[in-house]
Amino acid sequence: MVYMRRFLVILIILILTAGCTQRSTTDDTPISQSEYIENKGSDTIVNLALAWAERYQQINPGVRISVTGGGSGTGITALINKTVDIANASRQIKPEEMQAAIAAGLSPQEFIIARDAIAVIVNPSNPVDHLTLDQLSKIYSGEINNWSEVGGEDRTIVRLSRETNSGTHVYFLESVVRKGNSDDKTIFAADTLLLPSSEGIIAEVRDNPNAIGYDGLGYITEEVKILGISSPEQPDKYVIPSAETVSNNEYLISRNLYVYTQNKPTGAIKDYLDWIFTPEAQNIVKELGFVPIQNQ
Amino acid sequence: MNQTRKHDDQLINSVIRITGYSSILFVLLILFFLLREGLPALASTPLKTLFSIRWYPIEGYFGILPLILGSILVTVVATLIALPFGIGAAVYLSEVAPPWIRDILKPIIEILAGIPSVVLGFIGILVFVPFIRKFLDIPTGLTAFTGAILLGLISIPTIVSVAEDALNTVPNSYRQASLALGATRWQTIWDVTLPAAKSGVLTAVMLGIGRSMGETMAVMMVTGNAATMPVHLNSLFAPIRTMTATIASEMGEVAAGSQHYQVLFLIGIVLFLLSLVINIFASLVSTKSRQRSERLLS
Repeated sequence: MVYMRRFLVILIILILTAGCTQRSTTDDTPISQSEYIENKGSDTIVNLALAWAERYQQINPGVRISVTGGGSGTGITALINKTVDIANASRQIKPEEMQAAIAAGLSPQEFIIARDAIAVIVNPSNPVDHLTLDQLSKIYSGEINNWSEVGGEDRTIVRLSRETNSGTHVYFLESVVRKGNSDDKTIFAADTLLLPSSEGIIAEVRDNPNAIGYDGLGYITEEVKILGISSPEQPDKYVIPSAETVSNNEYLISRNLYVYTQNKPTGAIKDYLDWIFTPEAQNIVKELGFVPIQNQ
Repeated sequence: MNQTRKHDDQLINSVIRITGYSSILFVLLILFFLLREGLPALASTPLKTLFSIRWYPIEGYFGILPLILGSILVTVVATLIALPFGIGAAVYLSEVAPPWIRDILKPIIEILAGIPSVVLGFIGILVFVPFIRKFLDIPTGLTAFTGAILLGLISIPTIVSVAEDALNTVPNSYRQASLALGATRWQTIWDVTLPAAKSGVLTAVMLGIGRSMGETMAVMMVTGNAATMPVHLNSLFAPIRTMTATIASEMGEVAAGSQHYQVLFLIGIVLFLLSLVINIFASLVSTKSRQRSERLLS
């Protein structure tokens, strides 16, 4: 009996260690018939990346692409930790992230893969149809606290935002709250609600006539109202975000979407990135409510 | 054969001993890890910054006071909600309910304990949040109060099952003696059974508090996560941000070893200390009153 048990223990240990060694050999020599690409990052891009991955795997059955979200910062951190091959980001890599990557022996490469408009949304019952960039900035920094100050009903404004790990949050802080002025140190009002997901923001705006929120155009549903936004140069010209108004730079709150690779892409990763810039892949961009890039 | 049996016995004994000691090891390892990652925050961040009232980590505002107070506010209110329901249900199950009702209720309460908090959070967003906004006529339903209701729901099953076990251990002779002296059933419950089970009931409450304090997902979904200082009376009906929600939503993003990372671990230490205080308090209370009841018995 005892021998039997010892034998079992040794057997289990053998199985476990065998698993380890096998794993490390596959890491060293990739199996040729199946390439595996790990892709992680921005929640703004995750649907687009999934649609791309699905299509690409149909035409290239030998390639397996795994896509997960989590936020731009999460993706770039994973890239620095070498746990993903491609990081999606709705903002540019920060200097300190770049330094960390270089310290880890990487030289991250940047690609602009699409453009995105950030739509400002309110409840459909809210009579306000448009805001100037200045009003929007004052709302989010806490200077304007009632809808009546911007032509609406006498209601307290409930400000909704994504969490601080979201690239959309950082973009909105820099381009809207600070109006693109890098010396401006204004931040979001302390009572801004930080919701963990795009869905949370849409749900609260849909239900609550006091709420104002923002999100990538691709996420906006029919149940909320998109506001027209005017630039400081032309305060009377309110523009609704769309593929057209983003492409011709009329809509103010739009940004590039990026992917980063650990180093200069090679092999399967390079093929995949090349494919992303083909008209086929850029059509998917359009279908999902983002704005295709004209030429690489 | 006998020899092998003895051998087996020793082997199993030592395995069980190791598993027993391992929990101490795990706690020490967790503590060591928390301290190693979190204590450098005290060096890198001035105390004045840490104890300020603004939390906006991406711009270097590391004031953890609103987070600590947010957690405490939600936990206290959740406990106030869960206490009457939890102890009432335990008393009903153990003292009043006929056996067949108990047989139905106990599994249901256990199912309530098994519902994942993310599911409760989802129900909270769909049902409680709009309801509370309209019912109380406040700007948003994503408030500390909404979180406290959900946390109350989450901690009730813990309180019920531990408190009921405690009530069940009260010897039947106590109840019989009280009834024989002419006390009513309610007087017996309130003046005899509950005081006799006091230590167990208090342990139940402490466990419930611990459960509320540590809960993350449900509070993150319904409290709005705005790091405001809950210092007004109506702060209960405004959004707040708890320590657990902060760690959960920000830990994924920070670069390992950065100031933000260290401060998040420091928040972890604060949480650890708070639950340690609750546990020490619980064990103090229960040993103290056990000594008293032992004296009574002897």
